[in-house]
Amino acid sequence: MAVVETKGLTKVFKKGELGAVNDVNLTTQEGEFLVFLGPSGSGKTTLLRMIAGLETPTSGQILIGGQDVTHLSPRERRIAMVFQSYALYPHLTVYKNIAFPLKAQKVPKEQHKPKVAWAAGLLGIEKLLHRKPRELSGGERQRVALARAIVREPTVFLLDEPLSNLDAKLRTSAREELEQFHARVKTTTIYVTHDQVEAMALGDRVVVLHQGVVRQIGTPKEVYDDPADTFVATFLGSPAMNLIPQENDIVGFRPEHLLPASLISPDQRVSMHFHFSHEEYLGAERILYGSLADKRFEAKDVISRLPSRVEASFAPGSIVEFAVPRNELKFFDRATEKRAAPRVVSWQ
Amino acid sequence: MFYPAMIYVLAVIGLPFALAVVYAFSDIKVGSVGYHFVGLQNFKSILHSATFLRALYDSFIFTVGSQILVLVGSTLLALALEKKFRGRGLVRFLMLLPWVAPVSIGAIGWKWILDSLYSVINWVLVRVPIFHLDKFNPPQWLGEPALAMASVIVVHTWRLLPFSTVILLAGLSAIPKDIPEAAEIDGAGFWRKMFQINIPMLLPILNVALLFGIVFTFTDMTVVYILTRGGPYDSTQVVPSLAFFTGVLGGDLSEGAAISLFMVPILVIVAYLMLRAANRSEVT
Repeated sequence: MAVVETKGLTKVFKKGELGAVNDVNLTTQEGEFLVFLGPSGSGKTTLLRMIAGLETPTSGQILIGGQDVTHLSPRERRIAMVFQSYALYPHLTVYKNIAFPLKAQKVPKEQHKPKVAWAAGLLGIEKLLHRKPRELSGGERQRVALARAIVREPTVFLLDEPLSNLDAKLRTSAREELEQFHARVKTTTIYVTHDQVEAMALGDRVVVLHQGVVRQIGTPKEVYDDPADTFVATFLGSPAMNLIPQENDIVGFRPEHLLPASLISPDQRVSMHFHFSHEEYLGAERILYGSLADKRFEAKDVISRLPSRVEASFAPGSIVEFAVPRNELKFFDRATEKRAAPRVVSWQ
Repeated sequence: MFYPAMIYVLAVIGLPFALAVVYAFSDIKVGSVGYHFVGLQNFKSILHSATFLRALYDSFIFTVGSQILVLVGSTLLALALEKKFRGRGLVRFLMLLPWVAPVSIGAIGWKWILDSLYSVINWVLVRVPIFHLDKFNPPQWLGEPALAMASVIVVHTWRLLPFSTVILLAGLSAIPKDIPEAAEIDGAGFWRKMFQINIPMLLPILNVALLFGIVFTFTDMTVVYILTRGGPYDSTQVVPSLAFFTGVLGGDLSEGAAISLFMVPILVIVAYLMLRAANRSEVT
């Protein structure tokens, strides 16, 4: 196990262009599950590939276990990586795929069998050892890729969107397995994803990236409840946080906190007039679309997420009194879009 | 739209092939009148001819030798040219030249390189002291049987190399990048990555390159014709050149046809084996 550290890590692909990764400073904790989260093009995969040694940084430093590995080849870094495509060796059987890192690292031959058996047992793929990758399902391939990564007991695990090739149902169970797997091996893990649900579910901490810049590092609760800026606020959560401009600030509140006024006690609420337009029924909840009726907000669109157990019906076009609990309002500076201290809401 | 192509194939390939079959079972010569069916007479006679057996043997040496060189060379070239580097486009273009240039020009260049009096190779070799070459009796590249065969093989390899390399480059670009990357992270060094990952994954396409190479080599007489005319003492005479010398230059149409027909079953078997191998080693 080891700590991964990056110091001022930058990658510029084309001279004169904005870097894919800009001045990233990170330190993982021992045995931590760290998630890089960001939209496509945010530089999260480039960052991971630099840590793996597949991409040379333009500037900056990478340390693994305190050792500067910036100029070492991937094989000298003693890390394991699971690729989005799994990158199994198509011409080798599952057994040989898993044994490949052992052979490559010159582990004595008599240890291969027990080690492969151990890794295969950990992921429940003992019965697949004689098969070729093309004879496996997506979920099985993913497990083989994990087994191949774990077999030589690496100091750091890098996972590049390993669940994105699975169908929705399998993804949930694979995510759970990955969680248990990490709990068992306790290896420092860096996980790249664009899926916020995966990030929140798996990560001890989440690194939110946008345009190659780290926007926020924190536990899933911190990044969700205390977003550092408007990007983090709107990228996490679905539907996104409502943002209402007022004078020098932007006021934000999550759709699940925008409720009919009667549901919140009068002394804690901030009320507003909700011009209801239409709704989507999603089973457990309803998504209400509308806008703020107050002229000052130029009919700003807002979304409310109402649990289905709240029985209320709204006629399209009607104006209803909605409210947000005062302590759920987040304030951002209008110019920098960074988080600001709580202020008075001007529209009340 | 389909008929013009069919007429073209029939006229240019089908008709001569049918004529060759008809001639091979006759005693027709240039200038002879009438058609006498002689059965397998021609085939019997060529099978007893030392010249033909020698040509058959030479054809195998020529094909196997040049294909080994082509496969090794084009694999190395393709792996080298796949990586991005400054001037890769230019190197790729230069590499393709032997394939694009008319073979007669290329082979004439080689004829000069290997010439008995003006050979540039000899000019260099006699001036390098470690070879201890006799200045007045340097190697006769096209004049000694073993050297002549080696020269013919090398020049033919030079011709085929670009084609094979282009096929392999296409095959290489079809291998997903992350597989060699995964091997690197798994701790594989250069050689292991090459022999346990890249080359095994290239095998199906190598098979295709080899199949084409064998067909192009076994049926080809250009290099032999230009460099040696089959000599010295028939030591570089291959089956196609023998058929040409016998049938066209010698005027013995029926025997020439029989000799050239001899290649058909051999090529059919080779093609069948290679296609079967290609199917089996299919990689997904």
